[in-house]
This record gives sequence, C-alpha cells and structure tokens, in this order.
Amino acid sequence: MAHSADALHHDDSATVKEIWKVTGILSLLTIVELILGFWMMGISSTGMIMTIKGSIVILMIAKAFYIVAYFMHLKHEVKNLIMTIVVPLALFIWFIIAFLYEGNSYKDLKNRYDPYKKQQTEIKVQKNEEVKESKKSAE
Amino acid sequence: MSTITTTVAPTKLWGGGKSPFNVEYGKLMMWYFLMSDAFTFGAFLIAYGTTRFASNGWPNPNEVFRSFPFAPEGVHAPLVFVSVMTFILIISSVTMVLAVHAGKKMDKQAVVKNLILTIIGGIAFLSCQAWEWNHLHNEGAWWGANPFLNADGSQSLNHFTNFFFTITGFHGFHVLSGVVINIVMLIMTLTDKFEQRGHYLMIEKAGLYWHFVDLVWVFVFTCFYLI
Repeated sequence: MAHSADALHHDDSATVKEIWKVTGILSLLTIVELILGFWMMGISSTGMIMTIKGSIVILMIAKAFYIVAYFMHLKHEVKNLIMTIVVPLALFIWFIIAFLYEGNSYKDLKNRYDPYKKQQTEIKVQKNEEVKESKKSAE
Repeated sequence: MSTITTTVAPTKLWGGGKSPFNVEYGKLMMWYFLMSDAFTFGAFLIAYGTTRFASNGWPNPNEVFRSFPFAPEGVHAPLVFVSVMTFILIISSVTMVLAVHAGKKMDKQAVVKNLILTIIGGIAFLSCQAWEWNHLHNEGAWWGANPFLNADGSQSLNHFTNFFFTITGFHGFHVLSGVVINIVMLIMTLTDKFEQRGHYLMIEKAGLYWHFVDLVWVFVFTCFYLI
C-alpha cells in the first residue's frame, strides 16, 4: 500500500514538472516570435521579411504542438485516438496550399488582364490626419 | 504485432465492453467537437489568407495595432498590448492544466483555487479585447469601415477590418463561453457535485475546451498581428 502511494506521488511531481517545462517552452517560443516581429519592423528587403514570416509560422506550429500534445494531453492518449484526431486535420495541408495558391493566382491574372484596376489600386492616398492638417493650414 | 508499444493489447481494446480509445464518451465527443471547431476557425483564417494573397496591398499590422491603454497621446507601441494578451491566455491555460491535475488527485481546494485563477485570466483577456475593439472603433474601424491605408500608402479595402473583427470576435465569443463554462465548473466544485460523483472528469472536458481557445489564439495572434 505504501509502495503504491509512493509511486503515485512520484507520478504527481513528474506531471507537475512537465506542466512547468511546457509553460517555459511556450513562453520562450512566444518571446522569440515577438523578437522576430520587432526585428522585422526595421527590415525593408522582401526576401528577408518572407524568411522571418516563415520562421514565425514554424514557431506557431511548434506552439500549437506543445499545447495539443501536453496541455490537452493528446500525446499520452491511445494511438487510435491520436490518429482519429490528427488524420482528418491533415486536410489542412492541402486546404492551405490550394487556397493561398488560388488567391495569388487570382491576383496575378487580375493584374495582367485588368491593368486599369491595377493602376487604381496603386494610387497613393493621404492619411486622414494629414488631410485634416492640410485643411487646417488652408483655412 | 511487435510494433505496438501501448500497455493495453489492441485486441483487448477492440474486444468490446469498453471504449477502444480508452477514454470516456464525453471526452471523446469533446475532442470531435473541437476538431469540427478547428475546421471552422481554419476556414475563417484560410479565407483571410486567400483574400490577402489576392490583394495588391494590405495594411501593416504594426501601424494599425500600436496602441496601449493609458499610453500618452502620440506614443506608439506595436505588438506590446497583444503580447500582454497572449501571455494572459498562456498563463490561464497553465492554471487550467493545474486545475485538471488537482481534480485527478481529488484535491478540491486546489481545483477551486486554479479555476478562479483561470476565470480571472479569461476575464482579463476579454477586457483587453474590449478595450482594443473600442479603441479601433473610435479610430473609425468597424465592419464595412476601414480607416487604415495599405503599407504602400494606397487605399485599403474593407476586407481587412471585416476579417479582423469577424475572426477576433468569433474567438472572443469562444473565450466568453469558456469563462461561463469555467464558472459553472467552479459552482459545481463548490457545491461538491464532483465529490459526490467520485471524479472530476467534467473539469477535464472544460479544460480541453479552454486549451483549444488558447490554441486558436496562437493562430489568430500570428496571422493578424505578427505577419
């Protein structure tokens, strides 16, 4: 009896330790994401920005994994249950690729065959505050 | 059969008389509900991404979400307020795990304490979001109204604000439901409902829902504020 109580206690402290470890990982990933976000503000090269955005997306997926696997406890469930949840969600891989490709292709075709519309979307406009200020100075 | 490493032999799991997934019915159904909810959120976010990819210009989030409560006029702090919101939600998720864990040990005192902390976290998040919505609304942003310009200085379409308010609103509504569910759990714990049942399995299901809300915020936060 004493033995089983001891085993329970050991299991308990291990679980609590795991919770705090995952909390640390999630906080760390968020901080790295934020550092990348702040860093990105001062960068003008499109290629570099796309690389940073890609890294942020990878970190996002890592965060999602830690929440689902440890906080939602899915990693410790029976394999059958994991598969019945994860396999349908794999549809998202096709879903994201197909729709983003579609959106990009729509934009390219629109710009190629409707140059007037493209020109219209490129007109620079004044910000509201600037408009107000210029009105004031005109008065 | 040598590849299977689970302690329960699969033939026993599928032999009838018990759930082949080794969980109770309610928890399994909660998982399936969350899966369907993930598809709803996923569809929203993918629609947002598709529209953004199909547009020639898009507002820079760092120029839109740069306000902070009590900050003096003219001070811009992009990403700061939303980081606070993110950490509130992560911490409330941690207290929820601790509440579930305490429930497994039948430790009523710890369940009550951690549930109250989780509810406070949820209300804090909702308050932050209410403040931000109010602030953006005062700037002229709402469904069908977009006062912000694209990053390149051209006129922006209403898609930006429509998607922002719809998706953060849908998420905020989930947080609100989560807070209500947690309050119900707290009342049930305080009135010894779970002690009488002999288990705190209900808290586990509420916990799954609450973590899902946190999970969705990870995606919303990244898609709207960071990239």
